[in-house]
Amino acid sequence: MNRREFLKVTGAAGATLAASGAQAEPPKKDDTEFVGVLVDTTRCIGCRSCESACSQQHGLPVPDIENDGALEAKRNTSERQRTVVNRYETDEGPVFVKKQCMHCWQPACAAACLTNAMYKTRSGPVIWRQGKCMGCRYCMISCPFDIPKFEYDRWNPRIEKCDLCAERIAQGKKPACVAACPTDALMFGMKRDLIEVARVRVYNHPKRYVRKIYGEHEVGGTGWLYLSAVPFEQLGFPTHLGTTPYPEFTRDFLYGVPVVLFGLPALLLGLNLLAERKKQEA
Amino acid sequence: MDSTAAVSGGHLGRELRGFGRFLLRELKPRGKLITPFNVISLPIIVLGIAILIVRFVRGLGSVTNLSQEVPWGLWIGFDVVTGVALAGGAYVITFVVYVMRLEKYRPIVRVTILNGLLAYVFYAGALVFDLGRPWNIINPIIGNSFGYNSVLFLVAWHFLLYMIAEFVEFSPVVAEWLGWKRVRRLLRSLTLGAVIFGITLSTLHQSGLGALFLMAKAKIHPLWYTEFIPILFFVSSIAAGLSMIIIEGTISHRVFKDQIDPRRHGTFEELVFGLAKGAAISLFVYYFFKALIFIHEQHWLLLGDAWGVWYLIEVVGFVLTPCVLFAYAVRNRRLGVVRVAALLTVTGIVLNRLNISIIAFNWRSETHYYPSWMEIVVTLMVVFAEIWVFRWVVNRMPVLRPSAHAGQET
Repeated sequence: MNRREFLKVTGAAGATLAASGAQAEPPKKDDTEFVGVLVDTTRCIGCRSCESACSQQHGLPVPDIENDGALEAKRNTSERQRTVVNRYETDEGPVFVKKQCMHCWQPACAAACLTNAMYKTRSGPVIWRQGKCMGCRYCMISCPFDIPKFEYDRWNPRIEKCDLCAERIAQGKKPACVAACPTDALMFGMKRDLIEVARVRVYNHPKRYVRKIYGEHEVGGTGWLYLSAVPFEQLGFPTHLGTTPYPEFTRDFLYGVPVVLFGLPALLLGLNLLAERKKQEA
Repeated sequence: MDSTAAVSGGHLGRELRGFGRFLLRELKPRGKLITPFNVISLPIIVLGIAILIVRFVRGLGSVTNLSQEVPWGLWIGFDVVTGVALAGGAYVITFVVYVMRLEKYRPIVRVTILNGLLAYVFYAGALVFDLGRPWNIINPIIGNSFGYNSVLFLVAWHFLLYMIAEFVEFSPVVAEWLGWKRVRRLLRSLTLGAVIFGITLSTLHQSGLGALFLMAKAKIHPLWYTEFIPILFFVSSIAAGLSMIIIEGTISHRVFKDQIDPRRHGTFEELVFGLAKGAAISLFVYYFFKALIFIHEQHWLLLGDAWGVWYLIEVVGFVLTPCVLFAYAVRNRRLGVVRVAALLTVTGIVLNRLNISIIAFNWRSETHYYPSWMEIVVTLMVVFAEIWVFRWVVNRMPVLRPSAHAGQET
């Protein structure tokens, strides 16, 4: 029995257990795979169609991609723009890199959120739910890629970040940016398939690519994957993040909480009894 | 039947009217209105309220210097993260008096609990100003969206529960002030439970405030980031709490001289030396942990630049120095040195919390954060408002002056 089958069997067993108690649909956890996008920076021509498609899709101010000359400066995503393309001058000539939420497999923002407003959906997109968010901005503190952006100029601020067009995906469509890309630099699919495609490209063209898929292991793996002709440091990627999923950093502490919560009162009561007895003896 | 109900109804009415008059009388300000403190604090409180109105109408950006790179500024880094550490005295003293039964410290237990309670209400309460969508603050409490795996979820719940525990600990004083004898006896019977619960919650949320920054691993300067931040926060909150008691006690003894039983003036000194001893020990443990982490992580090479110097100033100047001063002062019975050491310790804790939450946070980033004058005014407003309420309570309830029930206290 391989792992997949094992999961299916245990999942089915769990489902029967759950169904015997309630009329709930049997959960099919094992069938769900996360989706992602593969970015091949060697194919990107910096046309910024993705930026404009993204803004249109989400009702944000649409950049004038023909005339605004925005590639001259390095830009970051903002509360007005969920994705930006930047140009980097490298040994291999100019390289264009699209930036947006990486949709981590185990997102720090979702682990940080005390109201589950930041939420990893079952198919993979990390979304923000405005009815739950209390605007504490702990997601911004925790995100290793500094992606969530906050509207500081509104009385009812929102967190803006790429949601991988979760609504379009639910309708069976590709994210708006992927659909708008004229050069197939962006490829939407199951992460498992995207990794295979990426590997095939690297192996078939060892001279065109560096032997690394950014996002395969970074912070435990991300939904967005990048291929590049030059080392990723030259493209502004953070390469000091490590491969540990970020929620792991707080896991030990959180596991310790119940121990303290139940152990410490017992200890304190014991100390109190000892102190009482000593006092009575004195 | 009817007549007795009418009689007791009339009786109740009289009682209520009497109680209302009592409250009205107590609510009236006492003492001189024009004092230097009032003259300084009142305009700042008014200005702070005005700034907060602007903030809630036009957004956080209209009054703060926060940005996408610096999402947490003075209001979180100082008011909440530092304020809560400085309020650590309450759980330390309740541990000493109610759990370990060291009666020597009983005279300061009430005022310390009051300080702790007000600090939590005001400093943790100031969190609301910083929330972008404060109307959703009930979400993590009423249970429609529990983020179990969030450290902040834990901290928020513990703030709330701890405030309740501290109120229960303080409630006998309120009952005594209102003259409710039977209620007071009932509330007193809850004290030990509330104390034990409160100490447990404090242990967890003092360390939890540190654990908030565990996921900022790539952002905080390596001299300050360690997986042991929660332990450092907890240990240092003991020293911070004890030092704050010393400072507050020194001020209270001057300001509220009339409230204090003259017989207690002598014992207060004795008590301060006891607290100083505790502070010296906890500071040493804190320093020891810091040094251990520094050596274990092999951080010598990081000491070369300005960050290294800044780190040394914090650790040597404001941890090791006050630790030595406390020990020296206890041994040679120098009250003045204790006060200097307490001030240094508190400064050190403020530095440490600000370093982790603001200064050494996002140290790689090119944008630097300085609080706007409006953020500072609101912070001062919170501090002054707390002192106003503290003064009001101390002047009315048996907090500093000996309890009328002193004899029955067990």
